[in-house]
Amino acid sequence: MVGEATKYIKAHELAIGYGKKLVANNINFALGTGELCAIVGVNGIGKSTLMRCLGGLQPKLSGDISISDSDLAALSPSNLAKTLSVVLTEQPASKNLTVQELITLGRQPYTNWIGTLTSQDKKFVEESLDAFLLKELRFKKCHELSDGQLQRVLIARAMAQDTPLILLDEPTTHLDLYHKVEILKLLQRLAHRNKKTIIFTTHEIDLAIQLCDKILILDGKTNPFGTPCELIEQKHFERLFPSEMVEFDAKTGSFKVKK
Amino acid sequence: MSINRSYYISFVLIALAVVLAFLLNVSSGSVSIPFGTILAALFGTEMELDSWNYILWNYRVPKAFTAVLVGGGLSLSGLLMQTLFRNPLAGPFVLGISSGASLGAALLLMGFSLLSGFTTISIFNDVSVAIAASAGSFLVLLVVMVVANRIKDTMALLIIGLMFGSITSAIVSVMAYFTSAENLQRFIFWSFGSVGNLSSQQVALLAAIVGLGFILSVGSIKQLNAFLLGENYAQSLGVSLKKSRLVIILGTGLLAGGITAFAGPIAFVGLAVPHLTRQIFDTMEHKILIPAVFLYGAILMLLCDTIAQLPNSANVLPINAITSLVGAPVVIWLLVRKRKLLF
Repeated sequence: MVGEATKYIKAHELAIGYGKKLVANNINFALGTGELCAIVGVNGIGKSTLMRCLGGLQPKLSGDISISDSDLAALSPSNLAKTLSVVLTEQPASKNLTVQELITLGRQPYTNWIGTLTSQDKKFVEESLDAFLLKELRFKKCHELSDGQLQRVLIARAMAQDTPLILLDEPTTHLDLYHKVEILKLLQRLAHRNKKTIIFTTHEIDLAIQLCDKILILDGKTNPFGTPCELIEQKHFERLFPSEMVEFDAKTGSFKVKK
Repeated sequence: MSINRSYYISFVLIALAVVLAFLLNVSSGSVSIPFGTILAALFGTEMELDSWNYILWNYRVPKAFTAVLVGGGLSLSGLLMQTLFRNPLAGPFVLGISSGASLGAALLLMGFSLLSGFTTISIFNDVSVAIAASAGSFLVLLVVMVVANRIKDTMALLIIGLMFGSITSAIVSVMAYFTSAENLQRFIFWSFGSVGNLSSQQVALLAAIVGLGFILSVGSIKQLNAFLLGENYAQSLGVSLKKSRLVIILGTGLLAGGITAFAGPIAFVGLAVPHLTRQIFDTMEHKILIPAVFLYGAILMLLCDTIAQLPNSANVLPINAITSLVGAPVVIWLLVRKRKLLF
């Protein structure tokens, strides 16, 4: 068991919300380098709000978020951009960007005042294009892409930003099963091979159980966190949804509709 | 970078087109001067007629430079707004900046006489109209900036700009209803727009204002590129939202406000030119788009002004009408052809 001190990102007694409105509290988790973590929970429980807090896009209410043992809120905007990258549910504002232009924007935190690309920057863009199978699509405009392709482009952009931490808000929505698995496999490879800490929110609990190293369940009370096996043994998934509709099958790690 | 290199040829061609449009513009007018003579005069030789010399250096050359500054500056402000507001229909008119300038000019030309009771106003020359229009546009700009600091949503800001436009045009029409025919005529002529009648000093001042706006735009290239992803993504890339929005709005205000003050409200250039430019320069990279849009706008304005002058006739058409006649069909054509106006 790795000690708490060596964890890359830690949240302690975190409470999130907007202004005076509390959305969720009592959130605790810690992730090491190279770990893939899913955040699951019912609609409206605060998954997106948590992502925005972790990404520094919105202030937390109370508690601590520390990255590499320093406080998240204390990081300057430019340091934050070199620490974590995000993939949001919102579409890019301009759909007229080409795939390559969009991915190149990920290098912004490293370029000079006018955005000149060094050979290092170009190398990162090429690697990202390669890792997400986008080489043939590089001159395509974003409005010409399918949902799955666009999602790959947005994740590739986050990879090009070359941050130790990547946050993704529902990267698999609107995709069919094949493309869901494709995206999650690519994320898993990115985490394990490139040693990135990756946190994403999802509704694909059965896929998350199979692919993730850790899962955080937002249930509005204790918010259990652990490996998929631990959570199954402690019967946390059974309590996720009202039991009259679906039941959790611990043997297969998936939900079944009650007949 | 190999992609950027392919734009060098386009830039050479477009710069050449600016020079050609400039020559065409200075060589046409109500008095016909042979093209060869004009060309020689531009390279330093004296022309045989003193009146020709006077026309060329005191009227046509300042006018052509004004056209370059007005066309380039308005187009650039249109580009900045389309990126900032993530809206392909944004232009200098939507933030209410041009309406503010109209309000300033209208207050001076029509409101002043209404309030003070004077009917004839000989003291109001072009300079005082320019000052009033600048004051009006900067007043609106200040209000917009205050609102921009309080509201996070740029769409709301866009609608507020449109509302400002409605309010000012309502005030202008109330004043127009009560004012004398003579003052109304003065205002109508101002609202037609004109790139002529500016002295060399005024052109120099306009150049300084447009230059400052250009510098602010170039300084915001990285932020503008980041805004293409949306504000949340821009923030995650380390862009300070409030600061960069303020700089971009200030640049837009200088460009659109300063130009409207000197040349009157000129429609469609700011909206249409960025879209036209993207037909040639197929990129969203502002490092390429900013100079390209400026040059393209200069060409369009020089050509529109050449048409407005009606070569070899003493009549001058309102330039605002010409730019609308050119600009509106272009926007319709783009919409029909691409089915969707993207930015």
